Amino acid sequence: MTIKDKAAIVGVGATPYFKRGQSYPESELSMACSAILMALEDAGLTIKDLDGFSIYSSSCDPATVGAELGVPEIRWATSTTSGGGGCAGALGVAAAAIDGGMATTVVTLMTLQQLNKRLGGSAVGGMLQYAMMSDAGGSPYGGSGISPSVAFTANNGMLSPGHSFAQLTSRHMHLYGTKREHFAEVCMSTRDNAIKRPTALRTEPLTLEDYFNARMISDPLCLFDYTMESDGAVAVITTSAERAKDLKQPPVLIMASAHGASGRWGPALFKYFQIPNDEFPSSGHRPVAKRIYEMAGITAADVDVALLYDHFSPMVIMQLEDYGFCPIGEGGPFVGDGNIRYGTGSIPVNTHGGNLSEAYIIGMTHVREAVEQIRGTAINQVEGAEIALVTGGPAGSPVSGTLLRKA
Amino acid sequence: MSVEFGELKKGVFPTILFETHSDASTEPFWEAAREDKLVAPKCSNCGTFRLPPSPYCFECQTRGVEWVQLPGTGTIHSFTVVRHPLHPGLAECCPYVSGSVELDGTQGAGARMLVNIIDVDPDAVRIGDRVEIIFEHVNDEMSTPRFRPISK
Ligand SMILES: [Zn+2]
Repeated sequence: MTIKDKAAIVGVGATPYFKRGQSYPESELSMACSAILMALEDAGLTIKDLDGFSIYSSSCDPATVGAELGVPEIRWATSTTSGGGGCAGALGVAAAAIDGGMATTVVTLMTLQQLNKRLGGSAVGGMLQYAMMSDAGGSPYGGSGISPSVAFTANNGMLSPGHSFAQLTSRHMHLYGTKREHFAEVCMSTRDNAIKRPTALRTEPLTLEDYFNARMISDPLCLFDYTMESDGAVAVITTSAERAKDLKQPPVLIMASAHGASGRWGPALFKYFQIPNDEFPSSGHRPVAKRIYEMAGITAADVDVALLYDHFSPMVIMQLEDYGFCPIGEGGPFVGDGNIRYGTGSIPVNTHGGNLSEAYIIGMTHVREAVEQIRGTAINQVEGAEIALVTGGPAGSPVSGTLLRKA
Repeated sequence: MSVEFGELKKGVFPTILFETHSDASTEPFWEAAREDKLVAPKCSNCGTFRLPPSPYCFECQTRGVEWVQLPGTGTIHSFTVVRHPLHPGLAECCPYVSGSVELDGTQGAGARMLVNIIDVDPDAVRIGDRVEIIFEHVNDEMSTPRFRPISK
């Protein structure tokens, strides 16, 4: 028994996307509430129907949001552990809650405002803020604190997510001959998709020359290989497949969902890097990919559009391998041959412009696009799209993947 | 944000943590480091090394270890060249190289060290390069490990 086709996404709501800090005077709470109310309205439901929260990466405090919006009763409130890797998996948790009779109408969301904080800064914070606190005579055990294992690597200069993903990328290039031209193709194809979208934050054309003229941040990653820093909120509503039939929108069935990773994938990045050799140059998604294909009873060849978490361009290539769109190690030439292009490629990827060019709301923009593709209302609509893959992470375990399909 | 990183040298990430914050599992590493020795815990049951030192063997789920002195040499498993300073005060040390090193005398994965690799040309460093450990004596408590190329 699995959650296959037991639940459906029936509503989507989103605020506009903003550059970092530009969402003021909105707040994370106000944007979360706006997105939830829009998603309910999209589904033809009201706040009286909402009874569950299935979130990830501490996206909101259900207690606060439930009280603010006057949710009559919260019957389910869970979060996947770790960070953005749980994004797609939170949809599976919602489906499990609904299938198990624990809740009827569950919201999954992200709300993000970076006025006085920066996401990339969270890793820097652990160490540099400590240095600053020491400077000011503060306690290292306030805030993030320093654990014995973190102290072990504190002075090595690896401070940010980019420094971490650069290590996985270097190894992939070394073993398989993957080239910066391949990362450029991920960035350019994604940008081409964003150009047509009014919601996108990066819409100026991107050429190979632009890419190679960009400054290097952390070799082999240059400026364009990084996602951007954005504000905004996106929410989706999940309910039972049975109930979805009578609601306003065509149901988007949750065909399969899984979150997790190999045990030794572990925290994966930042201060860990003890991943076994065969999985080191990967996205960490292989076990999740296997499970969702088994649950759905399909293979990569059945997927019509892939919305792959793209905080760093090389991680798209590694996910293409780990989800079986091409053999391990061949992701570079696979994208180089135009396979992920909208309109002409064998598997269109990030038709919304992704984290790289549309906005970075920690994965929820990918869920929104997957739903629009299956509804048939996407701006860059893949003709006849019936099955969409949406992923969360690479990140520390859990990473996640979900397959959505037309009812 | 006023942070003093002290005198910066190109290629050398400055010490930002001056205490070991050690516990029972990690203290022997720091004790040895003060004497310029690299030691690592080896599982008494199955022989697997683990770093950073931690309570349990991930291969056999037992706790007993013997501390083994390693030759202090190894191979670069992967690396990045950090060119953009994450804090303006760090500009003078960029570019610097941070990488993971697989240590001679261990099984590799599970006992890699994540370190600043110094005295290298950032444009010439490669995966597979041979490196050796050096300890920077920060103070009486803390000796920070770094690696540098083994001179050919
Ligand atoms: Zn053992």
